[in-house]
Amino acid sequence: MGEPGTQDVVRLEDLEASRQLTGRKHILSLLVENKPGVLARIAGLFSRRGFNIDTLAVGPTEDPDVSRITLTLDGAVHPIDQVTKQLHKLVNVIKIRDMEPDGTVAREMALFRVNAAVESRAEIMQFAEIYDAKIVDVSRRSLTIEVTGAQEKIDSFERMIRPHGLIEMARTGEVAISKSRPEH
Amino acid sequence: MRAADALCEALKAEGVEHVFGIPGGANLPTYDALYDAELIHIQARHEQCAGHAAEGYAKASGRVGVAMATSGPGATNLVTPIADAMMDSVPTVFVTGQVRTDLIGTDGFQEADVTGITLPVVKHSLLVTDPRQIPDYVHEAFHIASTGRPGPVLIDVPQDLSRADIEYMPIEGTPELPGYKPPTEGNIKQIRIAAKALANARRPVIYGGGGIVNANASEEFREFCASDKLPVTLTVMGLGAFPAPHEQWLGMLGMHGTRTANYAMDEADLIVCVGARFDDRITGKLAEFAPRAKFVHIDVDPAEISKNVPAHIPIVGDAKDVLPKLTREYRALKTDSERLDDWWKRIREWQTTYPLRYEDSRDSEIKPQFMIEAMYEATGGDAIITSDVGQHQMWAAQYYHFNQPRRWLNSGGLGTMGFGLPAAIGAKVARPDDTVVCLAGDGSLVMVCQEFATAAFHNIPVKVFLMNNGHFGMVRQWQELFWEERYKSVEMGPSPDWPRLAEAFGWTGMQCADKSELRDAMQTALETDGPVLLDVHVTKDENCYPMIPAGAAARDMVG
Repeated sequence: MGEPGTQDVVRLEDLEASRQLTGRKHILSLLVENKPGVLARIAGLFSRRGFNIDTLAVGPTEDPDVSRITLTLDGAVHPIDQVTKQLHKLVNVIKIRDMEPDGTVAREMALFRVNAAVESRAEIMQFAEIYDAKIVDVSRRSLTIEVTGAQEKIDSFERMIRPHGLIEMARTGEVAISKSRPEH
Repeated sequence: MRAADALCEALKAEGVEHVFGIPGGANLPTYDALYDAELIHIQARHEQCAGHAAEGYAKASGRVGVAMATSGPGATNLVTPIADAMMDSVPTVFVTGQVRTDLIGTDGFQEADVTGITLPVVKHSLLVTDPRQIPDYVHEAFHIASTGRPGPVLIDVPQDLSRADIEYMPIEGTPELPGYKPPTEGNIKQIRIAAKALANARRPVIYGGGGIVNANASEEFREFCASDKLPVTLTVMGLGAFPAPHEQWLGMLGMHGTRTANYAMDEADLIVCVGARFDDRITGKLAEFAPRAKFVHIDVDPAEISKNVPAHIPIVGDAKDVLPKLTREYRALKTDSERLDDWWKRIREWQTTYPLRYEDSRDSEIKPQFMIEAMYEATGGDAIITSDVGQHQMWAAQYYHFNQPRRWLNSGGLGTMGFGLPAAIGAKVARPDDTVVCLAGDGSLVMVCQEFATAAFHNIPVKVFLMNNGHFGMVRQWQELFWEERYKSVEMGPSPDWPRLAEAFGWTGMQCADKSELRDAMQTALETDGPVLLDVHVTKDENCYPMIPAGAAARDMVG
């Protein structure tokens, strides 16, 4: 149908509009100019368009003029296409990648402070070992544990550790990078 | 060179001739620079109106409008025109003064974080942190404001930085903005698919909007629509992009559009949207909007596509580029225009059954619709008309048959009352040889009547035709129809003596309350030198029909 003036037809009944909701989690990796107020522009855009950010991580890249913002969003609730198009309208947003789950390495770090009475301490340390987590602080009543991994792994660790008495938790939100080609 | 002087030089380098604004503490250096600069400064009487004047200037001419204000309250008064320019995609640059850098963040006198306040309503904003940025920022601001989908750009300049000494070099070429690459050319494959879909349509409607006017693509649009004599409707922002009295013209669509246009959308099998955005005033109840149609959506802003209505054939590009290609591809298909005969028959039936009409008075009373018709005749349909927001705006859209683009300047998206007078001042400055008439509402005009002083002071000969019904008429209409006639705060009470008020500012004031004298009065007003106000007393409780009640479907129009 690409040829000009040819008679092949485009039947109206065959036309379909692109799907709006994907139904899965999306990781958006944004390269933005490292300038004051850029994060406010992005956060403001999300709030006024009614988009909900699940996690957000901001940090430098290999280029000092460019920062990376990694966002996770629920594609069952938001039309991701519309989100990325709105983000693209911000002049300071250089590039947006909707990370392909298969071609992406995504990691999050979390810190857990857990009740650790003497009798349960060994069990908690065993969990930590299974999850490849590190004990970063020890006190008489609690342990502080650092876990790194995909979001699901951290969720799972949280579920395991919670019954012991989770005092406090801090998570960074995921950062992600594509597996093969560099971005710039 | 002082940075403030560099600012003026940079504005001139962008082709700026006129600036609208008001001085104050934080932008004193800029006004000191304006003392010597070869820029004509129009001194508004309220910053909001400086902003709307810049919008009127831009809408009438297609050039970037510029408005200036001082920090704090001056800057916050610009928020309404900035938001207005955002909603209607008006190329504008706003330059605000800011308190000294050592005072920023201390709640200093007349400090307001205008960059923060305006973030949701600007296309972009630039806070100067180093005086050497000023020439670049001005260049970037004009580039961003005027390309792609146009919009407002704010430059906030701290007072001390505008006094600093910098080296000024004119900036040329396209600024380097890694995150800003507005699309221009439409994808030819998509255009071909659209042409072929249109060739198969039996009940097509072409639905155009303000994007056509912004792209200066009215000629290309008319040419495209001429293919097989396609039925055409326009939004309130698009009026003039297609000549109104025309055999293919269905009238405006939407809430106060014609039944013909809305029914045609309702029954269409293919809708080609050009530079419009499926606003709620167009779609009515979204779930029941054009239920039989597939959509081709042409827009320079990719985010508009599938925002409200999912597009089947999206084409991202400038209408001026896309339309000639679409016309060529469509005509190459050598379609049979007779396939539309049944559709046109149906449309003609609607046109015959449901023409725009009103019941004229049998005495001397002036019906508002009659006033618009008289205005059309008095101006030969050839004036630049600005309007406020409300019933008079909709009646003008219905009864003043705009046949050229950039002749109908109003606040469509934000719906800003009081837009008309300052916009008329801006339009007259931009196009001094054209007749500029502000069709004002009495509820709106009183919000901005200090601008009589601006027109008188600079001798800007705008004509204000005031449709005076003593009410916030559209709100009154809604209270009557949807709020059980519980009229609350919609009467204007003791109206000012408008002709005398205008005269107090140095205008010529006139009044008319008799139908038989109206045309002569308008003629006299148009022929009188200088700014003139004609206060026209119209029916107080006339409703604007037809109408899609809010949240209803197009086929459920009333009136």
